[in-house]
Amino acid sequence: MEITKDDIIHVADLARLDMDEESIRTFTVQIGDILKYIEILNNLNTEGVPPTSHAIVLTNAFRDDEIKQHIERDILLENAPEKENGSFMVPKVVG
Amino acid sequence: MKLHELTIRKAQELLRNKEISSQELTKAVLDRIAQVEEKVGAYITIASDSAMKEAMLADKEISKGNIAELTGIPVAVKDLICTKGIRTTCASKILDNFIPPYDATVITRLKTAGAVITGKLNMDEFAMGSSTENSGIKLTRNPWDLTRIPGGSSGGSAAAVAADMCIGSLGSDTGGSIRQPASHCGVVGMKPTYGRVSRFGLVAFASSLDQIGPVTKDVTDCAILAKVISGYDPSDSTSVPRDVPDYPSFLTKGIDGLRIGVPKEYDTAKGLDPEVLAAVTNARKVLENLGAQCVDVSLPNTEYAVPAYYVIAPSEASSNLARFDGVKYGFRDKDSNNLMEMYKNTRSKGFGPEVKRRIIIGTYCLSAGYYDAYYKKASQVRTLITEDFRKAFEICDVILSPVAPTPAFEIGEKADDPLTMYLSDIFTLSANLAGIPGISVPCGFSSGGLPIGLQLLGKHFGEEVLLKTAYNFEQATEFHKKKPEI
Repeated sequence: MEITKDDIIHVADLARLDMDEESIRTFTVQIGDILKYIEILNNLNTEGVPPTSHAIVLTNAFRDDEIKQHIERDILLENAPEKENGSFMVPKVVG
Repeated sequence: MKLHELTIRKAQELLRNKEISSQELTKAVLDRIAQVEEKVGAYITIASDSAMKEAMLADKEISKGNIAELTGIPVAVKDLICTKGIRTTCASKILDNFIPPYDATVITRLKTAGAVITGKLNMDEFAMGSSTENSGIKLTRNPWDLTRIPGGSSGGSAAAVAADMCIGSLGSDTGGSIRQPASHCGVVGMKPTYGRVSRFGLVAFASSLDQIGPVTKDVTDCAILAKVISGYDPSDSTSVPRDVPDYPSFLTKGIDGLRIGVPKEYDTAKGLDPEVLAAVTNARKVLENLGAQCVDVSLPNTEYAVPAYYVIAPSEASSNLARFDGVKYGFRDKDSNNLMEMYKNTRSKGFGPEVKRRIIIGTYCLSAGYYDAYYKKASQVRTLITEDFRKAFEICDVILSPVAPTPAFEIGEKADDPLTMYLSDIFTLSANLAGIPGISVPCGFSSGGLPIGLQLLGKHFGEEVLLKTAYNFEQATEFHKKKPEI
């Protein structure tokens, strides 16, 4: 399965990345090589093998449902690129 | 006596006996940083003022007789671990103005143990890389040869320890990022078992593989630092509720009868430098002379570890790094007219090329129609690799191997060839896939004078066996006593 320039453009868009022509060209070759290398996984028969998502299996790390003091809003907002009236500000979303 | 050259163990003793003060020690370390930082480039942020203040408080505690494991000892931290009030950049432009409003759990633990934080260390951007050349902030050089890379991604953590720019440091290891730079810089580095050390406050790269660990001048210090940072944390849902052994107390136990597994697949690995192989073979003999017994083991799926890792890690990264969108913290592109444009411009200008490459690989592997072929397949292979280790550990206690196939390479040598760079992780990243602990300890020098590391891998939660083995090896050899001339 060869990866094309259009695939890179499509996936970059999904990941909210803009790329110039040159980066797209380089990435198509480099990522193509990497994916081709990854295909050796297909030499291995994994039928019926359960997937591992975490090496140490823990289930349901519960905590008590208690009200706790967390970091104050204004302190959290100190890192905001733009803020107003205790809220994060973003550019226009619709229209 | 040069104070910046002290180990944690020795500094503890001198501070306890009031032969030195923490302020003297901290000042000596800060002076050392000022002296060599321009050449080595290990630090992104030097926290001189807060460090001297912490040292003063430590001296007060010491005078009152309140001494914990690290009271008054200068420790530096990889710049992806959140430090309240100290800029935390992940070596990325996208976070270069981020000041965390809270401490990571490991930082709280360091502070509770009395440590003085000297600053934040350089790394590959978001820990993606094996040479620290992917830092978006600066270049770090190997203290043993300034034309070479220090390894990565915790290159700053290893270089700072090797160059005595801190007494010990913390790194993080997702595929070898503590062990490989420790090996290249001639210091000790350990990746603990997944779940042993809290990841709360560690900026996530690949959540199911990341683990914080110590980088130190010797194995004793590694045991001390590992004990301080380990333990259950309810703030990390993958933290394992399990008692932490008193690691330093295991060191002096002998290794008579210890079974050391030597994987037959590793000796024939492609690109293994003959000098590295010779150093590791020699290490094996040293351990045998100490009473250990070597047995052949097989890890038949070794060649599939790299491709499985380079599906799983980028997939998790693409999801974790979605949070950097210019809304809540960090860099934002101010010239965008709408939200979508702002997201794209912010991320495109904020992330460096390797981070973008991995986000795209990960997004591709997780996208509709490809998930089964890539992510699911790699997760199944991960099960087989974990099984290989489980079987091997039925007949051995520790597995021995090289850390990296070659000594530190030259700056720029592999920068344009990501796949070759990925292949150099062959010996280290299986441990992350399987969640087992691994340590790198100095075991030789190349003919060019570059350090070579020995890797020991252990069973889940078997850190004390690794530390004991590494300590016995270290005490029987002289490699850890040599220092680079900068």
